[in-house]
Amino acid sequence: MKCQKCEKPATFHITDLTGDELLALHLCPDCAKEYLQTEDAEEPVAPTMTGMLNEQLKLEQTAEDLKTLDARKCPICGISFYEFRHAGRLGCPHDYVFFGEELDPLLVNVHGESTHTGKEPKRGVRDAESQTELIRLRREMREVVEQEDYERATEIRDQIRTIEGEGQRG
Amino acid sequence: MLINDMASRCGEWLRGSGPESDIVMSSRIRLARNLADYPFIQRCTDIDRANIESTVRDRLEGSDDLADLTFINVADLELLDRQFLVERQLISREHANSDGARAVAIDSNERCSLMVNEEDHLRIQVMKSGFDLDGAWDQIDRLDDSIEEHLTYAYNPKLGYLTACPTNVGTGMRVSVLVHLPALVITKQIEKVFRSLQRINLVVRGLYGEGSQAMGDFYQISNQVTLGKNEDELVKQVGDVVPVVIDYERKARDFLINEQQNDLFDRVSRAYGTLQNARQISSEETMFLLSRVRMGINLGLIGDLEIPKINQLFIHTQPAHLQKLYQSVLDTDERNVERAKYLKGQLKLGRENAPDQN
Repeated sequence: MKCQKCEKPATFHITDLTGDELLALHLCPDCAKEYLQTEDAEEPVAPTMTGMLNEQLKLEQTAEDLKTLDARKCPICGISFYEFRHAGRLGCPHDYVFFGEELDPLLVNVHGESTHTGKEPKRGVRDAESQTELIRLRREMREVVEQEDYERATEIRDQIRTIEGEGQRG
Repeated sequence: MLINDMASRCGEWLRGSGPESDIVMSSRIRLARNLADYPFIQRCTDIDRANIESTVRDRLEGSDDLADLTFINVADLELLDRQFLVERQLISREHANSDGARAVAIDSNERCSLMVNEEDHLRIQVMKSGFDLDGAWDQIDRLDDSIEEHLTYAYNPKLGYLTACPTNVGTGMRVSVLVHLPALVITKQIEKVFRSLQRINLVVRGLYGEGSQAMGDFYQISNQVTLGKNEDELVKQVGDVVPVVIDYERKARDFLINEQQNDLFDRVSRAYGTLQNARQISSEETMFLLSRVRMGINLGLIGDLEIPKINQLFIHTQPAHLQKLYQSVLDTDERNVERAKYLKGQLKLGRENAPDQN
């Protein structure tokens, strides 16, 4: 493949995320360097988190991969990767697990580390899965009530009560 | 009502005491925490938000060790009262201006505040007058433990406390020191200091947080990283650099005294004169002039005024405070006139009450 800006062979394949549309660029090393440098010059002194994330994805993903990634939705809170990437805010605690692979390099970029070494809750770590399940059940409850499926709603209510009851005793 | 009682007082961060209080106004630590069984704010429905608020309130209000906290429903407050809490640094601008169920709990000394439904479900904050990060950490650590007795936090053994924004994950901790650096501004060295702080991963902001102007030569220095370092290391990271900044500011003040004495005296005296005699004055100009007078007092150039008085003027001349003291809503022009009157009266009063200076 030839470079889009000159006749040399294209060895850099860049996915640009600046606008809402994805832009695939195929450039030779010289043109790629120039392209990335002019981008850098416009970056603020302290780069924003979404900016860092976009930089990271630009170098690691093809446009096709990114489309697939953007469409992935957390089964607990329903946030898509695209929504996270644009707002810069995650939807629920489970996103750290569900989008873990994408978040890990971002965390290293932002913090220089990816493992917590500080304080931990005094009462010990609770059963995170049952807490997360509560988030999912409450969401499902709203959906089935909207669909007027009251039989399912009753089941979900009982499940929520059971988990909440366990939490109270713990 | 609580807010009206607060108006006549100053609050912890303007007490003007504590170590290095001529340059360090206050030391502040905040912790970001989320409940494990609710989505982060971004994905919360109105019902979720209301449930989070009532859960936090119900569980904490009834507990003995947190009895000193008073809950205020921020969503029900008038705009003026919300601005008032922002000016006192008890809530963020974002918390004041957002929508939906939200609250703040404040202790009687205004040292602790607990925002409910800000960017995270909980934003716990402790403030200390002067340079006292260890004291602030000690207090907030215990407060966090007490809260955790009643609520289950979103926590993951590898990533620590889970936050809505990945830039806060881990400790969820921001350590900030509010410093007054007029001499570094006058000698134009402030940018150089900031650049060197940024190089070691520290953030510099204006008085009222992210994106705010550096009013009255006040700057907040805080950590950027929250993951991979423990709380003591983060306190040390900020704590180690503050004495260096204090030293730069003192050297700049010495330089002004030794090399530009006439200029310095002139700046300070003109500032004091304007504050005493203006007939209308904006909040920005007031901050700018009070900053010079504050430095003048610390350098012994003004003998008939004390630092706590100046700190009180800094807060009481802010738009919402002025309207609270005046007990009425004022437009910008009216505020500028009332602010000038207030300053005139207070500065006259301050001089009459001050001990004789020769």
